[in-house]
Amino acid sequence: MTDPFTLERRRKAIHGWLLLSPALILLSVFALYPSIATVWTSLWSRGTRRNPSEFVGLENYQYLFDDPTFWLVAWNNFLYAAITIPISIALALSMALWANSKLPVRGFIRTAYFTPTVLPMIAAANLWLFFYTPSFGVLNQIGAIFGAAPVNWLGQPSTSLWAICAVTIWKESGFFMIFYLAALQTIPPDLKEASDIEGASAWTYTRRIVLPLLMPTTLFILVNAMINSVKLIDHLFILTKGGPSDSSKLILYYIWEHAFAYFDRPSAAAMTVLVLALLGAVAAFQFVMLEKRTHYR
Amino acid sequence: MSRKFEAAMAIVLALLWISPLLFACWAAFHNVSDAVNFRLTAPLTLDNFRTAWNGAPWFQYFMNTFLLVTLILIGQFVLCTLAGFAFAQVRFKGRDTVFVLVLLQLFILPEVLIVENYRVAASLGLIDSLLGIGAPYMASAFGIFLMRQAFKSIPKDLDEAARVEGCSTLGVLWRVYVPAARPTYLAYALVSVSTHWNNFLWPLIVTNSDSARPLTVGLSLFGAPENGVDISVISAATVMMIAPLLIGFLIFQRQFVQAFLTAGVK
Repeated sequence: MTDPFTLERRRKAIHGWLLLSPALILLSVFALYPSIATVWTSLWSRGTRRNPSEFVGLENYQYLFDDPTFWLVAWNNFLYAAITIPISIALALSMALWANSKLPVRGFIRTAYFTPTVLPMIAAANLWLFFYTPSFGVLNQIGAIFGAAPVNWLGQPSTSLWAICAVTIWKESGFFMIFYLAALQTIPPDLKEASDIEGASAWTYTRRIVLPLLMPTTLFILVNAMINSVKLIDHLFILTKGGPSDSSKLILYYIWEHAFAYFDRPSAAAMTVLVLALLGAVAAFQFVMLEKRTHYR
Repeated sequence: MSRKFEAAMAIVLALLWISPLLFACWAAFHNVSDAVNFRLTAPLTLDNFRTAWNGAPWFQYFMNTFLLVTLILIGQFVLCTLAGFAFAQVRFKGRDTVFVLVLLQLFILPEVLIVENYRVAASLGLIDSLLGIGAPYMASAFGIFLMRQAFKSIPKDLDEAARVEGCSTLGVLWRVYVPAARPTYLAYALVSVSTHWNNFLWPLIVTNSDSARPLTVGLSLFGAPENGVDISVISAATVMMIAPLLIGFLIFQRQFVQAFLTAGVK
């Protein structure tokens, strides 16, 4: 006879796995299996009716690295991240400081900052289309008042990526503000009183006390913003479609184009593997930083 | 002095931030030549809404989006409750390893796996169906994590009391844990609904007819340049589409913000 203790433990294990199984099955089907299949697909050639696909090793990656458009798109995405991440974090921080201060119209500004977050990216792109359209777009009309020549914001390579970045910043700053706002409200008021007694200026208080206390929040937002710089591409479909001449094309859009417009799955898979590796690095970065934080406490 | 300056900056930024929205609302109620020339005194019109409404099967899109977010929400609630409970309150070998593996999905975004996910959906016969759009999001690592945190904070005595009364494991989950985690469910529901109401890329890929297309995909097709609709009509369609969510947001603003906080900070 088995002793009741072992029996109980076995019963718990069965319960545990049964509870987990629906989620694990779906995760395997839509996350684990596709990840492995992506790696596998990226090692095979693109099959046609006459030439069935065959194992080619890393050849697809070689093609990708020889493709100047790939490098342009990767560079665009790098710029996209390098522009949108610091600007939206800085804006989010100022928004939070303002929305948390004792301004009379606090409620209104808080709502105004946060509203873009609840809009779909597609709708946001449509709203901004109005600002960017050549000849009668709002930006050009404002420019005309000051005598500036009209600019085709979305139609020329030198401005298209910037126009895309502006929409992203507009969309995500308010979202990040919320996290700063929450963190600000956990700062005990005595710190403010103490710094007032010491005669510190508001700026010193912000820089020496508030900003260091917000560091964990900044890390959280940074990781989110990095993921967003891969993920947020919906507005490309409305505003530029990656053009003109690929000047505003981002990686995920390029993957979509390869897979569903050119039907070149192996190249798309190879790019996906590179993106997954990058996201893995972001994940590792976050875990390492979290470790560091716990050592402090 | 500097206080006033800061207040002015804050307000200017706020106005700048809602100006695209205000402008689209204004344009939606004016005909296109008045809108692009900023005739502030031009007469209001509902023609744009009429044209937009007749230009696409919006009612179908609305229903699809509504059913889609409901379907995803129910799926997420069931799956994440069961898994979150297992991770929080049932002890067994291998649990923590599996939990770390599940958390990896936070970084392997469904958006990035479009290529192979499409093949999976195709082989399961899910193309062009609401289930096909929703299935990859139902076992959400984020939701599992959220529910695990919620269940962990519930005192064990309640659990034991219920068991003494003769409740089964599922009975305890349903009678004790689910009711106690109600605020978390509300927060998760708001985040999930607004995320999937707004989702675009995956629905675009999986659907190929109006029978399953959600609003975002419908709007992008409607506004495509080939369609030749003018900017006032696009504004009207956009306003129409975001109205339900926006009105909901303005009414439940406090809960919305709280929801994003609960969901994000933990």
